[in-house]
Amino acid sequence: MTTPAPPDLLYSETEDDLRAAVRSLLTDRGGPTAALAEAETGRPYDPDLWRSLATGMGTAGLLVPERLGGQGATAREAAVVLEELGRSVAAVPYLTSAVLAVRTLLGCDTARPEVAGPLAALADGTRVGALAVPLPTAPGGAPHGTVRGGAGLSGEITSVAGAAGADVLLVPADSGLYAVDATAPGVTVTPVTPLDLTRPLARVTLTGATATLLAEPARARTAVADALLTGAGLLASEQLGLAEWCLAETVRYTGGRHQFGRPVGSFQALKHRLAALWLDIVSARATARNAADALATGSPDTAVAVAVAQAHCGEVAVRAAQECVQLHGGIGMTWEHPAHLYLKRAKSDQIALGTPGRHRETLARLVDLPGPAG
Amino acid sequence: MSGPTTSPKDGAAAARSGGTDATALDADALRRRVADLLTTHDPATTDRLDFLRARFDAGLAWIHFPEGLGGLGAPRALQQVVDQALEAGGAPDNAPRRIGIGLGMAAPTLLRHGTDAQRRRFLRPLWTGEEVWCQLFSEPGAGSDLAALATRATRDGEGDGWIVDGQKVWTSQAHLARWGILLARTDPDLPKHRGITYFVCDMTDPGVDVRPLRQITGEAEFNEVFLTGVRIPDTHRLGGVGEGWQVARTTLMNERVAIGGARVPRESGMIGLVADTWRRQPELRTHDLHQRLLKLWVDAEAARLTAERLGRQLALGQPGPEGSGMKLAFARLNQEISGLEVELLAEEGLGYDDWTLTRPELVDFTGRDAGYRYLRAKGNSIEGGTSEVLLNIIAERVLGLPPEPRTDKDAAWKDLPR
Ligand SMILES: Cc1cc2nc3c(=O)[nH]c(=O)nc-3n(C[C@H](O)[C@H](O)[C@H](O)COP(=O)(O)OP(=O)(O)OC[C@H]3O[C@@H](n4cnc5c(N)ncnc54)[C@H](O)[C@@H]3O)c2cc1C
Repeated sequence: MTTPAPPDLLYSETEDDLRAAVRSLLTDRGGPTAALAEAETGRPYDPDLWRSLATGMGTAGLLVPERLGGQGATAREAAVVLEELGRSVAAVPYLTSAVLAVRTLLGCDTARPEVAGPLAALADGTRVGALAVPLPTAPGGAPHGTVRGGAGLSGEITSVAGAAGADVLLVPADSGLYAVDATAPGVTVTPVTPLDLTRPLARVTLTGATATLLAEPARARTAVADALLTGAGLLASEQLGLAEWCLAETVRYTGGRHQFGRPVGSFQALKHRLAALWLDIVSARATARNAADALATGSPDTAVAVAVAQAHCGEVAVRAAQECVQLHGGIGMTWEHPAHLYLKRAKSDQIALGTPGRHRETLARLVDLPGPAG
Repeated sequence: MSGPTTSPKDGAAAARSGGTDATALDADALRRRVADLLTTHDPATTDRLDFLRARFDAGLAWIHFPEGLGGLGAPRALQQVVDQALEAGGAPDNAPRRIGIGLGMAAPTLLRHGTDAQRRRFLRPLWTGEEVWCQLFSEPGAGSDLAALATRATRDGEGDGWIVDGQKVWTSQAHLARWGILLARTDPDLPKHRGITYFVCDMTDPGVDVRPLRQITGEAEFNEVFLTGVRIPDTHRLGGVGEGWQVARTTLMNERVAIGGARVPRESGMIGLVADTWRRQPELRTHDLHQRLLKLWVDAEAARLTAERLGRQLALGQPGPEGSGMKLAFARLNQEISGLEVELLAEEGLGYDDWTLTRPELVDFTGRDAGYRYLRAKGNSIEGGTSEVLLNIIAERVLGLPPEPRTDKDAAWKDLPR
């Protein structure tokens, strides 16, 4: 068992500044309360918030090199943005467009205008993209061949996150990876009612849809696999931010709520649960930072780092959200209190891009701990 | 024996006048100092103890300590540069696991609260391992609630020293120790935290009786220590009379760092042992054990990364609150992993290597067989503060949750129920 070179698990000053800027934007826009109001509009996302975040602050292009119209930053910075988006359960297509779609395009030949064009538009946030695979798809598990055709694509993909509201869909098909304009004839995007009100899901149906080839099958496969790996690794940071909010909010609430003549947070039964959750979050941060750093540096350990982060953070976020609901008592059960948005996001995130169990199975292969024969 | 390269007196003067310019001591400068030491004291031909003393005197023992006290006032982060260079040069080490209590607890306390004379007397032989230290804190009636301790220290007739009477328990390594850090009550009329004084106890005093205390592993790593009319000169008091609790906090803080803060490579410790067994003996595998093993592997890797992150923060001089969490995490992991290992071993897990009562020189959590590891790990959530108490500390000091209502803080110690 080899130990990789020590990763940088801390936050740089630039990353701290970026965090502060994103947080202040999200706080100005009303934080979780606004997220609830936004969820009730039925819109896939808040276009004003997206414009400020993606275009105004340039976060949509963090993963894209400057010569391709981006900011030339890395997965480390994108991870910090996702932490803040998790903390505020903001409904913006950051993970789906600025990470999954962008990373897919970066895996194609960016010298070709069919690739560079949409990439630049996603990088400056003026257009929104989505990778048309079911959200539960784990890295390495991308289904190919469900969509067929060449110039006219046909097929159906279920549970595509961020497809509703996307301008361009990146569709893996049997004959390669294609870009499909969401408004083109033969494209139907049917929203489904999601558990997570802050991340739209849709069924994408293609019937002879006009499509532009972006990559041949072999290249397409690696581009999609790489995007899913990046997405899964960075999702851990969203889960971290989400869990941090749940803990902080629960500590605040139980410190002020009085029953039996004392703050309920002074009861040891609750203290121990919150301290244990804090400990989980501390280690979630280490694994999420490790995944982000591995992705940023192209470490040979990336697949392990991502699987560890996903196996760990997926569970921690769900536990944090569940504790948040429980320790708020009745108020935690209401529609009005934002705790449910976090619970729904955490539970969906646990399934997104591979469940913790699936990531553990991946690890079994990666670190040579095979199961029993047969 | 070779003479010291820096005399302690000069070093202390340098420390008082601000010490070496720390910025001048980069990794290269340290490597040069190591090279000089290896030249003047070739490890191949120098006696082990002579080498260790020379290393101490060259300021390369713990470089963040002041000059003259085994250090150079250099950033702690650079210690690994020194350690690596010395190891590469074939230098002996000071067997740190044999003297963990001295290095991890007594030394930082002496540095912070000791007088110049105390630091000069104690630190060098402590670091070289010539003098082993033990921790005389816990008592039959005072464990988690350490401040309730009842061992009494009274002024002896002439007023130039103290007489100590009482009983300590669970004292690891007392059977090897030359010195003990001791907490004793000097004023029972004050509230419990205020009437305590901190001493250095001479374990060779005729009033010190160390009796082995056998534990669940069969061995006696810890002891009962009976103190009867033990004389301690006032010059062996650490900190002011009645200020023992504040001094003890330095010790306890460092205890948790020492126990929980070590840097570990992937699959080291317990998880590596069980992973090896898993790979070597496919016939033992079941689906249930596989799921549990993978979960624990992830948890162990997460804990390793957390420790790594903490280490970086410490090295940059920004200690995070993560430290108190690490001990908790490792205690749980050690227990669960060793429990899984015994279960995995099945028939072999039914056996045990040896129940003979021994008094070990050092503690090795991962030494011996799986059954031993399983039993020894039970202590990990008790020694150095129980996991329950650590959760209280995290909840109150890190998360800022309101304290439990208490009745014992302001009453005179002598009036507390026991
Ligand atoms: C292997 C080993 C080595 C040791 N070595 C040393 C040594 O070298 N020197 C030394 O001085 N001591 C040593 N100790 C002692 C150790 O520090 C104490 O055992 C420990 O602090 C617990 O105290 P106690 O045993 O009196 O248990 P108690 O304090 O009586 O605890 C009993 C139970 O009550 C729980 N409890 C107590 N208070 C609270 C609370 N406020 N909230 C919730 N739960 C609580 C505890 O967690 C525990 O489960 C050692 C212990 C072990 C196991």
